[in-house]
Amino acid sequence: MDVLERYESLVDDFDAFRAACDRPLPSVVRVNTLKTTVERAKAALTEADIAHEPVGWHDGLFALPDDQPGTNWPYVLGWIHGQEEVSAVPAAVLDPQPGERVWDACAAPGSKTTQLAALMDDRGLLVATDNNLGRISALRSNAERAGATNVAVTHEDARNHSLKPFRAPDSDVREGAPYDRALVDVPCSCEGTIRKNPDALDDWELDHVEGISGVQKGVLRRAIQTTREGGTVVYSTCTFAPEENEAVLDHALAEEACELVEFDLPLDSTPGVTEWQDERFDDSVERAKRIYPHHNDTGGFFCAKLEVTAE
Amino acid sequence: MSDGDDASSAESTPANDGTRFDRLPATADERVVEGRPTREEVLDWWDERFAIPPETFDGHTFWERGSGKIWAFADDVDSPVAVEGLGLAFLRTRREHWKPTLEAVQRFGDSADECVIYLSREAAATFVAGDDQELDWDGDWGYLIVATEIAGESEPVGVGLYVHGELRSQVPKGRRREL
Repeated sequence: MDVLERYESLVDDFDAFRAACDRPLPSVVRVNTLKTTVERAKAALTEADIAHEPVGWHDGLFALPDDQPGTNWPYVLGWIHGQEEVSAVPAAVLDPQPGERVWDACAAPGSKTTQLAALMDDRGLLVATDNNLGRISALRSNAERAGATNVAVTHEDARNHSLKPFRAPDSDVREGAPYDRALVDVPCSCEGTIRKNPDALDDWELDHVEGISGVQKGVLRRAIQTTREGGTVVYSTCTFAPEENEAVLDHALAEEACELVEFDLPLDSTPGVTEWQDERFDDSVERAKRIYPHHNDTGGFFCAKLEVTAE
Repeated sequence: MSDGDDASSAESTPANDGTRFDRLPATADERVVEGRPTREEVLDWWDERFAIPPETFDGHTFWERGSGKIWAFADDVDSPVAVEGLGLAFLRTRREHWKPTLEAVQRFGDSADECVIYLSREAAATFVAGDDQELDWDGDWGYLIVATEIAGESEPVGVGLYVHGELRSQVPKGRRREL
């Protein structure tokens, strides 16, 4: 079936959307500011004769029109990390600060984890969780290559995440303090990655979308529960399906103490949708942002910012 | 199962539990687990071997997991802690010669003043590919920080073992690249 056709009613200029989805994306790298500066990374790319172009909205992101990252000096030194452009959005929206306690709920393979560590200037506690040991190995390897020292990696189902390992030294309290911020970049049907991976939709099934939506709801709820009142939770996916986006937010709004908040994004986007098929969602889901491939010539993405409120 | 607090008899010494992270004792006086290096020893080692000042690590706590694998963590939590990773694996101890990791050297090695061998870009590429090479070096034998010039400044690339006129690449297999 043609998966993307189901979104024709949501997308402006559907033909442009379809055309953009058929075009491949260049490799993009993010400069790892834990190990170097953007200026030196640029100099090292130039020295290695690797063409690089700024993406415009983010100082540390460069498109490599002719190259893949991996076999050059800046990569070997951990100065650059391959990361699709829109994938840099949620960590920037979360905006973690040095010294805070932050949870990356679905962390592997670690692109966003290392970006969070850099935004925190490697200070504070960044707990990075994944439920798959193979993916945790990639996560650890990427965190180490980035030189991050504030990352604690846990192997567990994020829906049952425990704060117990992160008690203060010699504390009598069983649980660690709640987080200041949490990033919930959940596993999803990945429709928005079609430009990087043309096979992304080959195994698409509505059953899978609906099943994974249950997991997404569980992870987002746990993130809200483990974040302090006034703290920030960012929810993101790389898919267009409202079942995995607005419906998950609507569920969290109904079940947990939180609200959706407005945020600025230096990329073109459209608001979250309040209606999909037979469902109607809370009006505030409009504060979420849908990023379509034809708007900024990127992959597709969905991002929402929540504030945790009093019970 | 028992832990250190349960050891009541004088002859019972708690052993290292390699499955979890235990904070290093500050000094030898506070050492409970036999053979576990202390924070003081770790700081002294980096200072004596590479002249990396102890204050470089002021913001970090040190942890042992596995046998002699020491990690540097930018925060502090209650010890022990059973997680998959806690900061950066940065030093192997409990062996005759302590060995820094490539990641530790890339992250902290720019503070080093001693036992740093500067290679041409070509020789550094040989090193990164995992190949050994014959080189002159008039400093100490043993583990060295291998550096080369990138974008106008010297940068630590990894760890080499210098013996008998040869620099042996210690770059782990997964980190090797043909440049």
